[in-house]
Amino acid sequence: MDWQRLLVSYFVGFVLLNVLLGLMAYMTWFERRVLARMQHRVGPNRTGPFGLLQPIADGIKLLAKEDIVPANADRLVFLVAPLLSFALAPLGAAVIPFGETLHLFGLEIPLLVADINVAVLYVLALGSIGVYGIILGGYASGNRYSLLGALRSTAQVISYELVLGLSLVGVFILAGSLSLQDILREQQRALVIGPLTLPNWYILSQPLAFALFLIAAVAETNRAPFDLPEAETELVAGYFTEYSGFRFSFYFLAEYINMIVVSLLAATLFLGGIDGPFVDGVWWLALKALFFLFFYVWLRATLPRFRYDQLMGLAWKVLLPLALLNIGLTGLVRLWGIGAL
Amino acid sequence: MIDFSQPTPVILSEVRQLTPTRRELVLNMGPQHPSTHGVLRVRLTLEGETVIACDPVIGYLHRGVEKLGESHRYAQFVPWTDRTDYVAAPSNNLGYVLAVEKLCGIQAPERAQYWRMIMAELARLASHLVWLGTHALDIGALSVSLYTFRDRELILDIFEKFCGARLTTNMMEIGGFSREIPPDLPEMVREFCRYFPKAIRQYEDLLTENPIWLARTKGVGIIEPDVAINYGLTGACLRGSGVNYDVRKAMPYLLYDRVEFDVPLGTHGDVYDRYLVRIEEMRQSIRIIEQCLEQVPTDGPLMAYESQYVIPPHKNVMTTAEDMQRHFIWVIKGFSPPKGEVYHAVEHSKGELGYYIVSDGSPIPYRLRIRSPDFVNLQSLPYMAQGAMLADIVALIGTIDIVLGSVDR
Repeated sequence: MDWQRLLVSYFVGFVLLNVLLGLMAYMTWFERRVLARMQHRVGPNRTGPFGLLQPIADGIKLLAKEDIVPANADRLVFLVAPLLSFALAPLGAAVIPFGETLHLFGLEIPLLVADINVAVLYVLALGSIGVYGIILGGYASGNRYSLLGALRSTAQVISYELVLGLSLVGVFILAGSLSLQDILREQQRALVIGPLTLPNWYILSQPLAFALFLIAAVAETNRAPFDLPEAETELVAGYFTEYSGFRFSFYFLAEYINMIVVSLLAATLFLGGIDGPFVDGVWWLALKALFFLFFYVWLRATLPRFRYDQLMGLAWKVLLPLALLNIGLTGLVRLWGIGAL
Repeated sequence: MIDFSQPTPVILSEVRQLTPTRRELVLNMGPQHPSTHGVLRVRLTLEGETVIACDPVIGYLHRGVEKLGESHRYAQFVPWTDRTDYVAAPSNNLGYVLAVEKLCGIQAPERAQYWRMIMAELARLASHLVWLGTHALDIGALSVSLYTFRDRELILDIFEKFCGARLTTNMMEIGGFSREIPPDLPEMVREFCRYFPKAIRQYEDLLTENPIWLARTKGVGIIEPDVAINYGLTGACLRGSGVNYDVRKAMPYLLYDRVEFDVPLGTHGDVYDRYLVRIEEMRQSIRIIEQCLEQVPTDGPLMAYESQYVIPPHKNVMTTAEDMQRHFIWVIKGFSPPKGEVYHAVEHSKGELGYYIVSDGSPIPYRLRIRSPDFVNLQSLPYMAQGAMLADIVALIGTIDIVLGSVDR
């Protein structure tokens, strides 16, 4: 890799990071407004037009708050853990293609930070490391609620990581690659079944995998109805009970960035990413991701929370066998080469 | 006599709680906790997420309401009843004034009795709505609480129209009501009765057949009928186990024998059955209110003014000497009911609410005891929590439907 491409890559990454942080701030606004609408409330509407300045006000407030470290906390770990969560969250977005390669000033600018050939594996690995922030934060707080939240989180992420990974194997078998660039290219082909011409989006050929991925992704990001690590009615706030000020906001940011990254990933893997009618482009990706983000909020407004043992039962007794079944079926279809798949 | 020189033995449901083994964790849930419905403290011994022992600690909201009753004149205590179970204040008012009226041997006029029933049933609805909202919120269903509080506002609007207050209503008086019913109130209540069944359907759409709700509530916190009776449970906690006991049917007071309503019963005695029982109770309350509105006379006295125990009507005070003197004495000294003991129970939204009054013939009760239903019902928490998960504890606290103001008094 020559220095010019490296520089371009850094530049794209820098822009992406900033866009992501801005989006994250407005994700909180979006969630609060949508949730309020679903609950016959108004939501934040005082700060700026439609409350659009609310995330900024919240950010300033959180930064200005005192950063409290409990007396019996493991000080170093307590201070570092939220940074770990926060630093790892946006990295997943690095492998998501945002468009075709741009040609500007004689430069080739690929609209993604890094085209890794094991992109999906890399995202899954980041999720696994990200949970360390939660475990360490919960353990270091010296609070029993935090500890229980951290324990729940560990068990949950291990179980649902497995389902998440296995649900994607079907996609890999069809695409023949782990690179998101290749998976996207496969989906941009037209799928012709008799008189019908459909986009070759994997939601059509892998509906079961899509459903499994969606459920596992909600659990992976600790959102309702799988928000057990931070179940506020049971564990007060779970692993970040003792956090305040900007360290609290790091966990908060990490959660929302994770949601956005997972939504982008789902849109890219199953809904054809930037592929769409008329002109392909980043707007299709944004629209699809927005659908997933809305889905997250919708779930939160509607569903009660699972119990710990039910969550585990769901992962190991229902989702995992289904994921294995899906892999088997997809493998057989691929082996016999049925249809256009 | 208690020998205070000796240390009193500490009796806990499980002595092990104080000395957890290495595998166990003592978790102190409350008194500041999002889902202990106020200031309940539950000391949990956990092994992993499984509850080994559960010990509710109460008293954080104790204000000595019973003792206050023994130092206030009879009519002065009515506002204090608001502050025991503050989500269903009219029901508390009702229980107390009925007990005092029983002691004095007076009865409110028919019209006042009907309005008392309407207000008590509305209070039951308001209380059940708070219960449903917080119970669902504890289990994680976020939106239901907003919907129930939205509809509770309508009930509070009716209370406000009726007596001027929304939460601590101080609505009932000994002998009836001293103020006329606002003319547009019946229509307001009718309007609410037309609207409310739709709202119940909305809650049920979100919960009754929701697989996660079923998983969280079915088979959780089972109380067998004989255990429920032994614990002295009343209200939906008892009826959820299938025991048919409703004070309105068993010992009819007011004019409950003139209206038709069913007493819903559960079959399994779990959290889900108690949920269904309370939902059905809300429908029955609407039925009762509608019948009351049909039967209530449009005019007639609201206060048993003929009795010597009742404050004289205001317009007589200004015109007749006797009434002015009686009014003066009533306000300065209070009234002295006959000597005796009396217990009167009403079917409160949480169970049997009883007031036990001992009168020595003075204007102040010699002893006033409040049998609050949630205090008794809360005893069953350790029984229900046997082998439960940590997340079940919040469901169990929710299903008992406690208000700490009433538990601690």
